[in-house]
Amino acid sequence: MIRTRGLTRNFKVKRQIVEAVRGLDLDVEKGELVAFLGPNGAGKSTSLRMLTTLLRPTSGEARIAGHDVLSDAAAVRRRIGYVGQGNGAGPYFRVRDELVTQGRCYGFSAEVSRRRADDLLGTMELEDLANRDAGSLSGGQRRRLDIALGLVHQPDLLFLDEPSSGLDPQNRANLWEHILRLRDLLGTTVFLTTHYLEEADTKAERVVVIDHGRIIADDTAERLKADLAGDHVTVRTDNPARTARIADRIPSTRGVTVDGDAVRMAVPDGAAVLPVLLRALDAATVDVRSAEVQRPTLDDVFLALTGRSLREAEGVPA
Amino acid sequence: MRFATETGIVFAREVRPNLRNPVAILFGMAQPVVFLVLFGSLLSGVPWGGDGAAWQWFVPGMLIMLGLGGTVSAGYMLMTEMTGGSLDRMLVTPVSRSAMLVGRTAKEVVMLVAQSVLIILVVLPFGFELHVVGALVAMLLLAVIGVGLGAFSCALAVVARKQESAFYVVQQTLMFPLLMLSGVLLPLDNAPSWMRALSRVNPLTYVVEAERALFAGQLTGTSVLYGVLSAVGFAVAGVLVGARAMRLTGD
Ligand SMILES: Nc1ncnc2c1ncn2[C@@H]1O[C@H](COP(=O)(O)OP(=O)(O)OP(=O)(O)O)[C@@H](O)[C@H]1O
Ligand SMILES: [Mg+2]
Repeated sequence: MIRTRGLTRNFKVKRQIVEAVRGLDLDVEKGELVAFLGPNGAGKSTSLRMLTTLLRPTSGEARIAGHDVLSDAAAVRRRIGYVGQGNGAGPYFRVRDELVTQGRCYGFSAEVSRRRADDLLGTMELEDLANRDAGSLSGGQRRRLDIALGLVHQPDLLFLDEPSSGLDPQNRANLWEHILRLRDLLGTTVFLTTHYLEEADTKAERVVVIDHGRIIADDTAERLKADLAGDHVTVRTDNPARTARIADRIPSTRGVTVDGDAVRMAVPDGAAVLPVLLRALDAATVDVRSAEVQRPTLDDVFLALTGRSLREAEGVPA
Repeated sequence: MRFATETGIVFAREVRPNLRNPVAILFGMAQPVVFLVLFGSLLSGVPWGGDGAAWQWFVPGMLIMLGLGGTVSAGYMLMTEMTGGSLDRMLVTPVSRSAMLVGRTAKEVVMLVAQSVLIILVVLPFGFELHVVGALVAMLLLAVIGVGLGAFSCALAVVARKQESAFYVVQQTLMFPLLMLSGVLLPLDNAPSWMRALSRVNPLTYVVEAERALFAGQLTGTSVLYGVLSAVGFAVAGVLVGARAMRLTGD
């Protein structure tokens, strides 16, 4: 569905070259749900804008459903939907009018466009706002309208640039329910960016991590976490120094640190290591006050990959 | 005719807010109407003016001024949609770039014609003489020049997209000389020769002269011919430049 080779985009800003995307090689099959993850300025939106024909690549190529984004842009546009990072609805236009226009733009009759608009007003809980100007909506309401606009024509391939930003938890759940239903029903391929790590973790089947314009990891969230981060084990004891030495001796532990009475370490499989550790501590007559296994997050994955936390990396220009 | 359908879709989107709020047609008319009242009163006192004659000379120019002021808002609207992200959303749909340009411009032209009809209705009781056929052709000519103005304004908005203030600066700096040098406000008969030379390369000059002839009921004559030629040339150039510019919008 998506195939890119060496996809690159530079920007010239005040005589300096910003390498926003550097040689992206990406293959996404039909029906996949892929989360594109990376700190601010990593090149996510730039990549999406190239894939959706909005931005010309500096070099490299990209094909969507077999169509080249440059030479066959019209065919690409007919197959994709796009919810950009900005606001899709014009501020001076009414909510329902914009949805109907969107349907018309994709070649549906006025009647079908109106029906789809009304359906989506329902799903996105926008009925009460249908006759308001888009510019008068709250941030989250506007975001819901943006998403509705991207769904009007039920595309084969849907690009979503931070769809859930600004949505309250209920509407985020609602959005996901809708995306997943669309997939079940129509086999829609979904490619989205998000800053909600837990969202990428639980909903996406595949996570592609980008940093400084390059893909640095690409796998299921489960495997990324197991391979790159592992579980975190924390034990609190009456003798942290001794605990740390014992923990170090267990072959699979990594990065043992002491913090007050707490000793932390990373292990591939916390549930298996914890009993071993507790027995060793018991044998050495260390008194264990508490023990805890923490599943890793995608933030830990990013930390392992780059030495920076995704949260720290936020706001730091690439 | 995909292009016609798509242009219609874009036009319908643009015009709907105005249909929902028809009073908006009056906005943008303020300046020409103030000019009409002030200048018109002044002019009716000058010797060559006489009763309706001043209006006959002045109103066609005001319509061109209305066109300059109104159709350039096509560029302004495009600018807001470019910065907000709604243009991106439209650009990802299969609708062609040129349909987006022409549809937007067409809406401004329809507004322009509506406003012009209002202005003519206002001056009728004051002795403005209406030659129906001439007036209709004059409206058509106004629409053609409006397409050119709107399209150039869109092109300017795209070129200036990374420096929004440049759009307003260029627009304002161009507008007044264009107006002065087309003889809209004052006749250029007594102007210095360099001004007259400049006015001869200003396409609006020919359009203003043609509008005056048409509103006077002269349908033939060279001034009408030159006016039509410059308006059509200007419109074609505007659409070509504008359509090229639209392809740059995403970058
Ligand atoms: N139109 C532009 N002109 C100049 N530089 C740009 C432009 N668009 C993006 N950039 C630069 O390219 C880099 C990548 O930007 P991009 O918008 O792709 O990041 P992102 O991963 O989407 O970030 P975020 O999470 O903040 O949305 C940044 O350094 C940005 O400043
Ligand atoms: Mg972005």
